[in-house]
Amino acid sequence: MELKDTILQHYREQTSDVIADVRQDALNTFNQIGFPTIKHEEWKYTNLKQSLTKPYAIQPAATLSKAAIQEVLDTLPKGIFLVFVNGIFQPELSDKNLQGAEVNSFAEKVDVVQRYFGKNLPFTDSMQSLNIAFAQQGTFIRIPKNVSIEAPLFCVFLTDTQTENVFVQPSLFILLEDGAQATIAESYHTIGTNTSFTNLFSHILLQKDAYLDAYKIQNDVVSAVQINTTQLVHESKCTSHTTTITLGGGITRNNLSISLQSEHNEAYLNGLYVTQGTMHVDNHTLVDHAMPNCYSNELYKGILNDTSSGVFNGKIWVRKDAQKTNAFQSNKNVLMSKEASVNTKPQLEIFADDVKCSHGATTGQLDEQALYYLRARGIGEESAKKLLVHAFAFDVVDKIKNSVIKEYLIEALEAKL
Amino acid sequence: MKRSMLSIKNLQARIEEKEILRGINLEVKPGEVHAIMGPNGSGKSTLASVLSGREDYEVTGGDVTFNGKDLLELSPEDRAREGIFLAFQYPVEIPGVSTINFMKTAVNEVREYRGQDPLDAVSFLKLMKEKMKLVEIDESLLKRALNEGFSGGEKKRNEIFQMAMLEPKLAILDETDSGLDIDALRIVANGVNKLKSKDNAVIVVTHYQRLLDYIVPDYVHVLYKGRIVKSGTKELALELEEKGYDWIKAEADAVV
Ligand SMILES: Nc1ncnc2c1ncn2[C@@H]1O[C@H](COP(=O)(O)OP(=O)(O)OP(=O)(O)O)[C@@H](O)[C@H]1O
Ligand SMILES: [Mg+2]
Repeated sequence: MELKDTILQHYREQTSDVIADVRQDALNTFNQIGFPTIKHEEWKYTNLKQSLTKPYAIQPAATLSKAAIQEVLDTLPKGIFLVFVNGIFQPELSDKNLQGAEVNSFAEKVDVVQRYFGKNLPFTDSMQSLNIAFAQQGTFIRIPKNVSIEAPLFCVFLTDTQTENVFVQPSLFILLEDGAQATIAESYHTIGTNTSFTNLFSHILLQKDAYLDAYKIQNDVVSAVQINTTQLVHESKCTSHTTTITLGGGITRNNLSISLQSEHNEAYLNGLYVTQGTMHVDNHTLVDHAMPNCYSNELYKGILNDTSSGVFNGKIWVRKDAQKTNAFQSNKNVLMSKEASVNTKPQLEIFADDVKCSHGATTGQLDEQALYYLRARGIGEESAKKLLVHAFAFDVVDKIKNSVIKEYLIEALEAKL
Repeated sequence: MKRSMLSIKNLQARIEEKEILRGINLEVKPGEVHAIMGPNGSGKSTLASVLSGREDYEVTGGDVTFNGKDLLELSPEDRAREGIFLAFQYPVEIPGVSTINFMKTAVNEVREYRGQDPLDAVSFLKLMKEKMKLVEIDESLLKRALNEGFSGGEKKRNEIFQMAMLEPKLAILDETDSGLDIDALRIVANGVNKLKSKDNAVIVVTHYQRLLDYIVPDYVHVLYKGRIVKSGTKELALELEEKGYDWIKAEADAVV
């Protein structure tokens, strides 16, 4: 049976009525479009075909032992751990002291979830719809009004592929109420050698004056395929920093959309991908400036080794009401081998006239002149390259706000460079 | 008689089909200072680059030995480790790499090559402070991204600082005086003089007598169209200052 049919059958078999309308709509959308193929403009360079023709167990029940989970947690920077196994939140395996945050299942908070989740978003995509269609077991994270949480809330997604290929779809709705502040990190771990296919969707809503520092730490094994969609909505006067660091995984597609829906919002988007072997990393970002006086600044950098490939597609929309917009975007790539490749495409669509926008994309090799200079000082070719690669990655790493996560990422990066 | 440190015999090099060095001969012994002068585009920087191992240039003929080793066989890093230092005419900017940061790597890789233990952080800092004083360079400059936004003079001073750190046997200074103000020129020249000993040698490439007032050469050579067309003592530099290159060009062009 084709994966799509398996999934549809799965849908028919479920009985939950949690956010049933939204899910039914989403299913219809998915059903119309189907899985993305390279014929879809937005998926031109990321081919899921091979990954989608495998048989998968659809979100099987959690099986991992506490010890196996602890082993993973021990490798991560300290935080408030929220553990997800095979896509589903596991309260009994997670930290109990949430320092003011509230974590519930969608079913427990159906009213709020019903009101916001999956609504008013600037774009749809069939993978996002597919996730929403199965979001009845989703997780709702709420940071109440004016609460500020010091430690990072760390969502740790574990997928157990020890006996079979596994398809999981974690769904998150994260709400930062007026004046709330939080650091939220995600990391993804496949346990086992079979393929894991993660189709994650996270809807984050920042209400007035909220501040979010968000991290995606992608350092999974090669047998991991991940579609990671985040829709981050700023109501007004909010600030977000999003940092997406991809160091591992087989195929990774990130859709990050940031919607600035009222005045005086600030969004900082930082990304770094270091790829090797046959890795493929695709970052699609969208910053939607809908209203005046907002600021966005995006910097994504890539270091591509071996036969790996990368994609950067960065859209900035400045709608006609969004006067006095400041929007900046930069994507820089270094190809460390002749077989590595990257497709980069900035897309600015500006309908307002009083705006400051800039974008730039570069792809090249390491600077030969710089390399020679360092070698002429007695530094061997390999270490000279390493120095230059470090220097290249440096400004993204330097922008990381949370010092614990920064230290962790520097170490993880060190191991890859 | 002292053995040669650097021996260049009939060196020829080109870049992209263009012949630039057309048979250079030069012997440099320990303790000596050689000045290389010559009109713009005559090949001075090319010679310096070829000696330091820049791969853009293709050596098409001749030999270079350095302390008995075939220099042309060595990688740029091994030449540096053997004790050749080139102070660049146009030092590159490297964003994200500070001088301190890369000098630590450089000093220790050179030490490793020479069979010495790496310097620990404290010893490195001590060495650095000592050399900073010698060339009167500010630490804040060394912490910044290499040459990024440095003034012309700061770049040159940074080159001499690196030279001081690496203590080369043969230093090649390619127009280190250009862009320096009068005080900086004196400081840089003093730095070079303090590092001079009977065991090391210096090649200074310059257009001006000024520098040679401070770093007094034993020999002065004139490079023209890829050849050394005239050699002499320090008086030759004074003569060039006074008369320019026309008479030398005329002489040389008459021969060819
Ligand atoms: N990459 C290159 N491609 C083509 N020609 C080059 C290249 N590099 C150098 N040349 C040429 O080689 C010649 C010698 O250049 P070089 O820099 O060695 O001169 P120089 O004597 O140092 O001059 P200056 O006094 O102006 O510094 C010049 O004519 C220059 O244009
Ligand atoms: Mg020159």
